[in-house]
Amino acid sequence: MKKALTFAAGMMIASTAGAQTPVLTVYAPDYFTSEWGPGPSIEAGFEALCGCDLQYKPGDLLPRIMLEGDKTRADVVIGLNTDVTAKARESGLFGPHGQDLSPLTLPIEWADETFLPFNYSQTAFVYDKTRVDTAPDSFEALLAAPDDLKIVIQDPRSSISGLALVLWVKAIYGDKAESVWEQLAPKILTVTKGWSESYGLFTDGEADMVLSYTTSPAYHIIAEGDDTKVAAIFPEGHYFMVELVGKIAATDQPELADQFMEYVLSEEFQRMIPTGNWSLPAALPRSEWPEGFDTLPLPQKTLFFDEAEAATVQKEAVEEWRRALSR
Amino acid sequence: MATRPVALIAGALVAGLTLGPVAAVAWRAGVLTGLEPADWAALRFTLVQALLSAALSVAFAIPVARALARRAFPGRGVLIALLGAPFILPVIVAILGLLAVFGRAGVLNRVLEAFGLPEVSIYGLHGVVLAHVFFNLPLATRLILQGWLAIPGERFRLAATLAFTSRDVFRVLERPMLASILPGAFAVIFVICLSSFAVALTLGGGPRATTLELAIYQAVRFDFDLAHAASLALVQLGLALVAGLVALRLSGAGLGAEGMDRVVPRWDAGGTGLRLLDTLWLALVALFLLTPLGLVAARGALGVFSLPGPVWTAAAHSLAVALGSTALCIFWAIPLATRRGELLGLAGIALSPLVLGTGLFLILRAFVNPFSLALPVTGVVNALLSLPFVLRILRPEAEALQQDFSRLGGALGLSPYAWLRWVYLPRMRRPLGFSAGLCAALSMGDLGVIALFADPDRATLPLQIYRLMGAYRMDQASAAAVLLLALSLGLFWIFDRGGRANAGS
Repeated sequence: MKKALTFAAGMMIASTAGAQTPVLTVYAPDYFTSEWGPGPSIEAGFEALCGCDLQYKPGDLLPRIMLEGDKTRADVVIGLNTDVTAKARESGLFGPHGQDLSPLTLPIEWADETFLPFNYSQTAFVYDKTRVDTAPDSFEALLAAPDDLKIVIQDPRSSISGLALVLWVKAIYGDKAESVWEQLAPKILTVTKGWSESYGLFTDGEADMVLSYTTSPAYHIIAEGDDTKVAAIFPEGHYFMVELVGKIAATDQPELADQFMEYVLSEEFQRMIPTGNWSLPAALPRSEWPEGFDTLPLPQKTLFFDEAEAATVQKEAVEEWRRALSR
Repeated sequence: MATRPVALIAGALVAGLTLGPVAAVAWRAGVLTGLEPADWAALRFTLVQALLSAALSVAFAIPVARALARRAFPGRGVLIALLGAPFILPVIVAILGLLAVFGRAGVLNRVLEAFGLPEVSIYGLHGVVLAHVFFNLPLATRLILQGWLAIPGERFRLAATLAFTSRDVFRVLERPMLASILPGAFAVIFVICLSSFAVALTLGGGPRATTLELAIYQAVRFDFDLAHAASLALVQLGLALVAGLVALRLSGAGLGAEGMDRVVPRWDAGGTGLRLLDTLWLALVALFLLTPLGLVAARGALGVFSLPGPVWTAAAHSLAVALGSTALCIFWAIPLATRRGELLGLAGIALSPLVLGTGLFLILRAFVNPFSLALPVTGVVNALLSLPFVLRILRPEAEALQQDFSRLGGALGLSPYAWLRWVYLPRMRRPLGFSAGLCAALSMGDLGVIALFADPDRATLPLQIYRLMGAYRMDQASAAAVLLLALSLGLFWIFDRGGRANAGS
């Protein structure tokens, strides 16, 4: 009897202790939380610091946040892109990140007080140097390349990298973007819904070049010991793609959320990024990047439309793309 | 025997699960918007490709089903089972398989090159239709084959004693059967092609091949324009409804077959010409369907045994979901295997998966934590999306059964249970087995609406394949796709075999 009582008391203590472990709910894209994304190691690292339970809720970020409105279960949202930050900001759901931005090592200025960058990359055409003899070394050279150099790209209406490409062309060529698309059209083998389909077509040998990221070759170098995949670097510049984290203003775990925002810019977190997410850390100098990344050819010039500029050109740019490729 | 209240409940569930989510999305948006110019272009392309895809799938399926119905040959059972495979592959894997054959670097162009012939390009409307025929020809074949096997053997015997030629047999026995089966098969394939998106875009070669579903995707995920999404979803539903109504009107009454349910030899098809013709059709379709599958399998087979743990866990989740969906779907379908039920069932696949998911999320959120429901929601949605196929399989034979045995049942005063136990289940064994197999295989595959419901610890196998691809692990993704294919086919084979055990095949 006494034993049973002790056991019951022990259970009660254990269960109240369990109930008291605070939970930080983080919304993240599906790829981020998978076994092959950066999520699990970030979770383990943060839980060791916070004495809390970090729980990911993977899935589409913007639709879910907007559907839930102020009843959202999220404390923190990680993995937002600049394409959706305007809508996310308008919703009024996000509060200031409160972090000092001086440790950032981005190739552009970043002064946003709501959305904090945690990693970045640039759009680039990736090719296999055993299959392409003379790869274009500039955007102009790409336009002038023979039509049997086949490239595969993503649709700007369904893919963030596809949209980044359209903005990339717009940033270089401005009013001439539509005629540039007409020049590119015969070289575009096809357009896919997302990045995975395109990259699959490329690795299968169906396409010569694929719209991907400057950091894609690092995966092949580090994980596969294969240095035949190369990103073509263009002097006209490459378009900047960044992933962001935001804190929900009305979170019921404000201290934990702040601690997480701080963790995002910490060295421990930033060191997980290159080989965890195959992209570049937002706050870690190049000298600290792992082998394979430190020697990666990167563009001299970075192009970027901020949220407000992108909002004014995006619709027109996508329409120019659609018109030119529909002919 | 389908007692009315049960049928009403089953029907109300389908209506609620399809109209409810659209209504929830429209209500949340507050208004509906008109279509933009780009939407009209998308609507036009969507219609054209769906009509062509459905027409060609059904047209090619007729000679193939006829050949399967009147020829016995070694490997026939295996071929029939493999016919289920294209339908259940994750879209992305199927695309890579098709391109391995028809693509720029594919087998076909290598062969043409060897003969000094010019390269053919798969990208364009013809590529979209080719892919949709690849997915749906097997389904159409199975549906039509089902019709052939339902013609009582006694009639062929009678035809033989009357010295019918092959042409007479077609006119008297086969044409009426086709007239009752084809419209429904066409409608179900047309409706499924309406919501095609990734296949249409990739093989269509660019934005000319924009479908309504892409516009919906863009509206929900990029623009968060729910009014636009709901309007487009309603257009899709409307198209499906029209297709369903036309099919119902055309398909006419059932066959009224009253025979002994055995496959018997055919006396009219023994000529060498017909034998050659059937062989040719079977060879062509086997080549067309099995080459891409073979290439997918060959690429991934070696990697299956070194797949990481999370892939196997996901496979277990998928199996559990598939079995649950199958049970649910069959119970759901039995009372709905009527004309109206079949029309209603089409709504499930006509509704954009994205709108379905968004609407369910909106509705469920009011009552429970939607994240805790990832697998149950997947299971229910898979059952809903399999329903039109299952109804298409069950209805012709359920109606024939009703027609043939209801007088007898009434005379004997059979209770609904006794009817089910002694008449329905034994006689419906073949279509029920095929239905269960198809539903299980479909539920293993790529039907999820889990973008908003994903649970980090309960991923399904198709989701893991997408995750592997998203993380550059294309080889592991191929291996996982082979695992998915093997499990789906395994399930399909077990159920279908169970149903055909006494059907002489």
